[in-house]
Amino acid sequence: MDISIRIGGEAGQGIQSISSIIAKTFVRHDFYVFINQDFASRIRGGHNFDQVRISTAPVHAVAGKVHILIALDKETLSQDVDCLEETGIMIFDGEEIGFKSENPNHFSIPFARIAAEAGKSKIMINSVATGAAVALMDFDLQPVLDGLQEQFQQKGPETVKNNQKSATAGFEYVQQHLKDKPRFKVPPAKSARQKMLLTGSQAMALGAMASGLKFYSGYPMSPATAIMEFVSTHADQYNIIVEQAEDEIAAINMVIGANFAGARAMTATSGGGFCLMVEALSLAGMTETPAVIIVAQRPGPSTGLPTRTEQADLNFVMHAGHGDFPRAILAPGRPEQAVHLLAKAFNLADKYQTPVIVLGDQHFNDAYFTVDELALESIRIDRGHILTAPDLPSPREYKRYAAGDSGISPRILPGQTRAVVYADSDEHTVEGHITESADVRSQMVRKRMQKLEGLRREIDPPEIYPFDPAGLVLLGWGSTYGAIKEAVDMLNQNKMAAQMIHYSELFPFNPRHVAIAALAKSKIIAVENNFSGQFADFFSHATGLTIDQKILKYDGRPFTSREIVDRIKNEI
Amino acid sequence: MVTSEDYTSEDPIAWCPGCGNFSILKALKKALVDIQQQPHELVIVSGIGQAPKTPHYLRCNCFNGLHGRTLPVATGIKLANHHLTVMALGGDGDGYGEGGNHFIHAMRRNINLTYLVHNNQVYGLTKGQASPTSEYGFVTKTTPRGAISPACNPLLLAIASDCSFVARGFAGEIDHLANLIKEGIGHKGFALIDILQPCVSFNRVNTFKWYSDRIYKIDADCPYDAEDRLNAFKKAQEWGDKIPIGVFYRYQRPTLEEQIPAIADQPLVAQRTHPQRFLELLEAFR
Repeated sequence: MDISIRIGGEAGQGIQSISSIIAKTFVRHDFYVFINQDFASRIRGGHNFDQVRISTAPVHAVAGKVHILIALDKETLSQDVDCLEETGIMIFDGEEIGFKSENPNHFSIPFARIAAEAGKSKIMINSVATGAAVALMDFDLQPVLDGLQEQFQQKGPETVKNNQKSATAGFEYVQQHLKDKPRFKVPPAKSARQKMLLTGSQAMALGAMASGLKFYSGYPMSPATAIMEFVSTHADQYNIIVEQAEDEIAAINMVIGANFAGARAMTATSGGGFCLMVEALSLAGMTETPAVIIVAQRPGPSTGLPTRTEQADLNFVMHAGHGDFPRAILAPGRPEQAVHLLAKAFNLADKYQTPVIVLGDQHFNDAYFTVDELALESIRIDRGHILTAPDLPSPREYKRYAAGDSGISPRILPGQTRAVVYADSDEHTVEGHITESADVRSQMVRKRMQKLEGLRREIDPPEIYPFDPAGLVLLGWGSTYGAIKEAVDMLNQNKMAAQMIHYSELFPFNPRHVAIAALAKSKIIAVENNFSGQFADFFSHATGLTIDQKILKYDGRPFTSREIVDRIKNEI
Repeated sequence: MVTSEDYTSEDPIAWCPGCGNFSILKALKKALVDIQQQPHELVIVSGIGQAPKTPHYLRCNCFNGLHGRTLPVATGIKLANHHLTVMALGGDGDGYGEGGNHFIHAMRRNINLTYLVHNNQVYGLTKGQASPTSEYGFVTKTTPRGAISPACNPLLLAIASDCSFVARGFAGEIDHLANLIKEGIGHKGFALIDILQPCVSFNRVNTFKWYSDRIYKIDADCPYDAEDRLNAFKKAQEWGDKIPIGVFYRYQRPTLEEQIPAIADQPLVAQRTHPQRFLELLEAFR
């Protein structure tokens, strides 16, 4: 079973209250749910939708077509009707929005009238629509009533009762008036309450906090703000400081200060904010200070499409900052990876004393995923080489940038030993004092860049699925994980042997992670949410392999698996 | 017992002979020894310019970061370990030009830092361009017709920004300056000490003699109430024939770090994270 429901309407109409109740209902009964949020950059009005996909198998991507379309406004009728499957059904309130249709799949339900009668207020139309949608799926009403109880508990028993009555009335209206039911076969409710529903941003924030995040500084910017909000909500519970900075420049410099003093610190932003952080990125590289930066991408250039998605900042983060210095770049494609990669980001940043960037994007950060578990308890915290007082019998002999085999010099934290530390953004001696020496300069550049080789050995290989080599190889990274994986399944079912190679650890790149000779015989198709195929070019350069085709998308919307498959069939 | 010897650095000094920075360094060292500040428990954050080289010429923890970005780095350090004494230090271009936004917000936060601005009214490291505090008409290579914007008044800006300790010192008055620095470090909250500093290479107008002829101590002749904000505004506007030095404005309000529950018991650096403790958050997602 794999059903998608789209709820369309204006901002402020309560789209999310419908999608969240439906999603929670199904997740709690052991289904996998994925929600894609498509919204404009405004608080009221406009056209927005949430698309909820419910499946008995894991899903990580948007489906191309929907089975139920809930239209809360007239705009949805025209904008979204094409997304309906042939047998899909659209429900709307014809009385309210002044629309009549002869199409048997267009089913008008007087949401507003039912809400006023059953729930005593037109505000209850969301609960009426939720009840109606559940009836269309022939699923139990009780879990919805339980969900409403939980959602409105704080607003008092009256509100709970009115919402529950409205949902019941919507449910019963469909049962009484809709012919030919049930339209969709949904397995019966199985109460489990094991699975979790969370966004990419929440997974990133959780991963960071459980990995020892003690200080967060940031400046609000879509789509990264949800990370800051999640950390802020739980900051007092876990003794974390969140400081809203005056700008992104302050944010990253505060993060560098906190890391220098010994607290694990992070910031998150989007492309435009990261532009402002770039000078300090190379400050972290030069002073060899750990820093973790999440860049949740959105379409640029400049302000671009603030609430939409793109993967066009890979080249930017890979090359950002003046001068040569080591860095690592990670890009999760699902929440479990986000938790794991945030832990890895902090460990790499501390161990190699250099910045680590974690790339997300609006699609990944705002989408809701279902996961069976998030192994927070298995996170291992490695603070790298930090000397304490017993390690320093002669404190005056401590040298911050002492050369070692790996390029890593042991740190001290100010105030934690009797030694002092000099960190400098100028080129510096092993003591950390400013130098103009040509020899020292060359040694220091080599020392810093030596850490890149250590980092390269820490990077894990891409996920290859399925294992057997195939004629078609779909190459991707980050948030396209779900859509590509599903496309590969669809292609294999259609007797087109296909394989996914998905990178979540992008830089430094290790060409030994893929079987280059074997891949040379396959047709490599890069799938990316950008105009130029940034990773494809990077991969090709690093491996010497030719990218045979690029399937690119830069309209600000995420890929669907259907779209990838169709484009492979049409374009290749 | 902390002595001057504990603050002796081996790094050779790279300032011009006769630079006002030498006196400021002397006053700073004197203040640190007088208050018995342990060098390993002090961090000085500096930006880029001639003044920001200062911490290299002391033996203490030093973070010499970017031009204009001293205050955010110092804020991060103080919040990570508020048991440290944290000072920030830079020039007028660094603090009032490049770092102007951070300056306003650090004062607003009232984080417990002492900020020394070596104000020589000119850019020294880049060899003599106009700075935000250069006087109207000041001729440089980038202002050949003379500066056509008036000088910014950092003390007025600070008083208006709710800075809880606003002072001005002079590089030629070492003991007076050392006392201001001691008061600034002792003050609970953000302390700004703007220091008039002659630049022997690029500022031939505001010379040592020019300053010495005009300087007077704010409370020399009559008592001065530093808690009177309106009076402070008035005093901070005095410039020209007579230039006051001393504490212009001082009052007590909660510091940033006092208001953060996360560090009520111990600093962030002393706290350990136990990943399994976060499993309880997962319930909300089920």
